Amino acid sequence: MSKVLHSAPKIASNEGVLDALTAALGDMVVASKEEHGEIVLTIARDRIEDALRDLRDNHEYQQLMEIAGADYPDREERFEVVYMLLSLTKNHRIMAKVSAAESTPVPTVTTLWPNAGWLEREVFDMYGVIFDGNTDLRRILTDYGFEGHPFRKDFPLTGYVELRYSEEEKRVVYEPVELPQDLRQFDFMSPWEGAEYILPGDEKAEGEGDAKA
Amino acid sequence: MSGLQIDEAPTTGDEVISNYTINFGPQHPAAHGVLRMVMELDGEIIERIDPHVGLLHRGTEKLIEHKTYLQALPYFDRLDYCSPLGMEYSYVLAVEKLLNIEVPERAQYLRVMFAELTRICNHMLNLGSHVMDVGAMTPNLWMFEVREDCLNFFERASGARMHSAWFRPGGVHQDVPLKLLTDIDEWCAGRLPELFGDAMKLIVDNRIFKQRNVDIAHVNKEDAIAWGFSGPMIRAAGIPWDIRKSQPYDVYDRMEFDIPVGTNSDCYDRFMVRVKEVYESAKIIRQCVAEMPEGPIASTDGKVSPPKRGEMKQSMEALIHHFKLYTEGFHVPAGEVYVATESPKGEFGVYLVSDGSNKPYRCKIRPTAFSHLQAMDFMCKGHMLPDATAILGAIDVVFGECDR
Repeated sequence: MSKVLHSAPKIASNEGVLDALTAALGDMVVASKEEHGEIVLTIARDRIEDALRDLRDNHEYQQLMEIAGADYPDREERFEVVYMLLSLTKNHRIMAKVSAAESTPVPTVTTLWPNAGWLEREVFDMYGVIFDGNTDLRRILTDYGFEGHPFRKDFPLTGYVELRYSEEEKRVVYEPVELPQDLRQFDFMSPWEGAEYILPGDEKAEGEGDAKA
Repeated sequence: MSGLQIDEAPTTGDEVISNYTINFGPQHPAAHGVLRMVMELDGEIIERIDPHVGLLHRGTEKLIEHKTYLQALPYFDRLDYCSPLGMEYSYVLAVEKLLNIEVPERAQYLRVMFAELTRICNHMLNLGSHVMDVGAMTPNLWMFEVREDCLNFFERASGARMHSAWFRPGGVHQDVPLKLLTDIDEWCAGRLPELFGDAMKLIVDNRIFKQRNVDIAHVNKEDAIAWGFSGPMIRAAGIPWDIRKSQPYDVYDRMEFDIPVGTNSDCYDRFMVRVKEVYESAKIIRQCVAEMPEGPIASTDGKVSPPKRGEMKQSMEALIHHFKLYTEGFHVPAGEVYVATESPKGEFGVYLVSDGSNKPYRCKIRPTAFSHLQAMDFMCKGHMLPDATAILGAIDVVFGECDR
């Protein structure tokens, strides 16, 4: 590993932890890596509860600090659910993750940590990942009666509906989003470094070229 | 009285009173923002609480995905608007961890110092509103005086009272004048303990205040760990866990300070832990002022931190760097990190996924309030309705952060 120059929180040494954990968890671990000083274990989806129980009970990772969702639309199983574990006694952190698709539920870990309930609800709300066994899988952050899963990469930043107080109906009403001007995305990524720009009008030029040929 | 007849026995059977459900918030001054709680009550005893959060959800994480790393920073000020610099801290450290860049010493000291000033600022608001929630008015007004001083210091350092955007990946935005440092030092030695001490004298031994807080919402060590508590909440449960101490970042490992812990793990302990933390923070600030070296306040890597104005007039390269940084921004190596710091409210974490471009691919924010608020139901069970406000005040929730 290259020299650590940054001054981010220093946890106990990672040395040997990755090997020890992959050996202990055995075939539950699909992949593992250590990058940027973070240990990441990818666990088989249907074994996640067993794996986390083992980590909690036998490896002193007592606290579940966070469950994060992430969306990678190019993958076959597009979602990732990442569990951040903290050991108070060993002063160490690891991440465990599983991948999931819309149709493949992830076993709940509310049986292990009571605070997993809301964390799973949030991932469900934002990405639509279903947690099998979570008895209270309601939406949490979005509005009552909201449709869709806003943090998916294919959900537009502006959303689909907007709210307005209607003087006629004397209440707040939903309406489809109407933008007076297009949402401007200032993408200044250098064209020499891989950004692909499709400028408005480009497609016409190509069409003409074909016609001439 | 001949017409009077008694058909039934004079004592009636036990009447069945069913529980009733009330709605607390979202527009209630003791809800600390926009929290809605559906409470099931048996008389005045709380049977069940279902907190509804998300009324302040603004999609910060989604917005960050559409901004460059530098443009994303000010969003963090707007999460926990009571301790803005504490929020920025996790984010800049996460970016620095991915970039693996060195931060000059002076910048590290400045960040530690202002993070502690933020802690004082945050605790003033929380302690003040906590005492107000349980019925005392005066201390809150006095503590706002202290908070006002803090905000003035932020203004002198960054130009903004609340949303400073002063921590930057690689250091801080601007250097501070020497007079500001000496003023803060003097303030920590004189005005702060004086004002704060006066306010606390009214409270800590007050009979009514103790009646409202002692033995309310007792949480034992095992539960505190299982529910993912952090910050003053876990310390009040008697677990000496402080990320500043156990996983030091920047120059915290050079600071000498104590971690106050509670013994009884009730609302009063949570309150007192915060009171002690204010004095510890002042101690850290004074150490920072005494030890702070001269030198640059941001990384010298021109690809990450912008050049000085004067340099730009002289050097073509500096001009190019400036232009590229404020249009395209810097690229961050691909990878994922989870960085958590001790914000005034507890563990505030940022899970940052980079795909190697100039924008974060995913930025998950771990708010402190989420785990604590989730335990509301468990902590309130069996307590009286007015205790709920004391418990909520001792959690220290801010909805900008909880709902993101």
